[in-house]
Amino acid sequence: MPSKLIGLIFVWMIAAAQVFSAQAQSPQAPAAPGQPAPQTSTAVPQQTLPAPAQPTVEPTAPPQKTLAIVVLDPAHGGADLGARGSSGISESDVVLSFARLVRISLEAQGLRVILTRQANDDPSFDDRSRMANAQRGDVFITLHVSSTGQPGTVRVYSMAQMALPQKSAFASRSGLLPWDRAQFSFIEQSRRLAELIQIQMAQRFRGSSETPFEAPVRQLRTVGAPAVAIEVSSVSVPDRAPLDQMGPGLADGVARAVAAFRTIYEAGGK
Amino acid sequence: MKPEASNALSKGLKTTILILCALVALGLVTLPGLRQAVQRLRSTPKTEEQARREVMQEPISTPTDVQVQAQMFWLSAAAPTSLEATAIQLPLSADSVERSKQLLNALIARVPAPEKRTLPAEASLLAFYIQPDGTAIADFSDEISSGMPSGILSEQLAVQSIAQTLGANVAGIRQLKILVHGQEAETLAGHLGLYGFFPVSSGAPAAAPSNSSTPSSGKQGTH
Repeated sequence: MPSKLIGLIFVWMIAAAQVFSAQAQSPQAPAAPGQPAPQTSTAVPQQTLPAPAQPTVEPTAPPQKTLAIVVLDPAHGGADLGARGSSGISESDVVLSFARLVRISLEAQGLRVILTRQANDDPSFDDRSRMANAQRGDVFITLHVSSTGQPGTVRVYSMAQMALPQKSAFASRSGLLPWDRAQFSFIEQSRRLAELIQIQMAQRFRGSSETPFEAPVRQLRTVGAPAVAIEVSSVSVPDRAPLDQMGPGLADGVARAVAAFRTIYEAGGK
Repeated sequence: MKPEASNALSKGLKTTILILCALVALGLVTLPGLRQAVQRLRSTPKTEEQARREVMQEPISTPTDVQVQAQMFWLSAAAPTSLEATAIQLPLSADSVERSKQLLNALIARVPAPEKRTLPAEASLLAFYIQPDGTAIADFSDEISSGMPSGILSEQLAVQSIAQTLGANVAGIRQLKILVHGQEAETLAGHLGLYGFFPVSSGAPAAAPSNSSTPSSGKQGTH
């Protein structure tokens, strides 16, 4: 009798376990009418960017209608001083002060500004790109001071067109862009932004070119947004005063160019 | 204190003093020799890398060398933000790989004036290959990065001086890959990406890098 009772309890426990298991595996209830369908686990996250170990960025989006954010990148920082002049001027210090001025001018245009560094730290190239790639409707501007070149002039670069390595099978299937070629969907827009900034620089700084330049700048390559590099020449000046004097003109010119670019960008043009 | 203990202490003390004196004397005897050895080391601080570089920078000569008017691309004295061609007499090999090595060594060592320099004086070419598809691979020592003036402009001009010099003097090179000490470096000196392949135009200035396939294992030439 007790053994029969134990057997019955055992059978009941197995049956209960099967019922619970079946409930756990049942599909989710469909969304109620008017309610958004729940995201499945296979959906591409909207703002999450993979680390370089997973070298992809979000799918190439159609041109954004709103440009609201500028990611400003004072290059170098920390132990990496960048270009150094014989008088002790370091590129990392100068670009940080430039970035602060440019930020004020851009904010006056109603734009939100994100600095990739606010102090003497040195995020990696990919960390800086990640800050830009995590935004929607942004442009990326990296600021540099050269160690050579004509003092008092400014050169604006967009990414040079490059033939690309074969896409990975994963990227082709998923529609994602590999991280290492994120910029290549934005080359035309970047070139247009570079043109607008370079024109502003030519008007303010005598000797500056009226047409922008192209170069395979490392920082630009992994940015999935219109992106330019601005190089102010040069740290070879005897003291920092001439460089500092360029700051307000640089800031005003960049802000005006970005405002002009916003109009083109929001109209869907290149 | 007991006299025996005092005697033992004084004996120990005497022994210690004797040993110390002996050590000082030994030191005095060996000191000049040590000083000479230190001076010798100071006067010849050759590291393995330096010794290797000296060997690599020996002028390369091959049986097919012919004196030719080579077009070298260095900075323009009038406009230092651009390159200009300078013709110099160089013995150049008929073999493309050897010829390229001779040219790149001259590009570093035969600069007519310091202000025209595009590549650091202490940099050296460690290896050079040309693949069957016309891809040239130039492997430079670390000094190509550490000695390079930092900046987009200076780094771009450095790469262009290499690409244009090869394009003007060596037939069959289509594109160029730059390695630093055998590795694919992220940048040349903090700005210019070395990710791709730089186009080499025969007899025409090369501008931006192109990027095609990754280097295959097929190689021409040797270290």
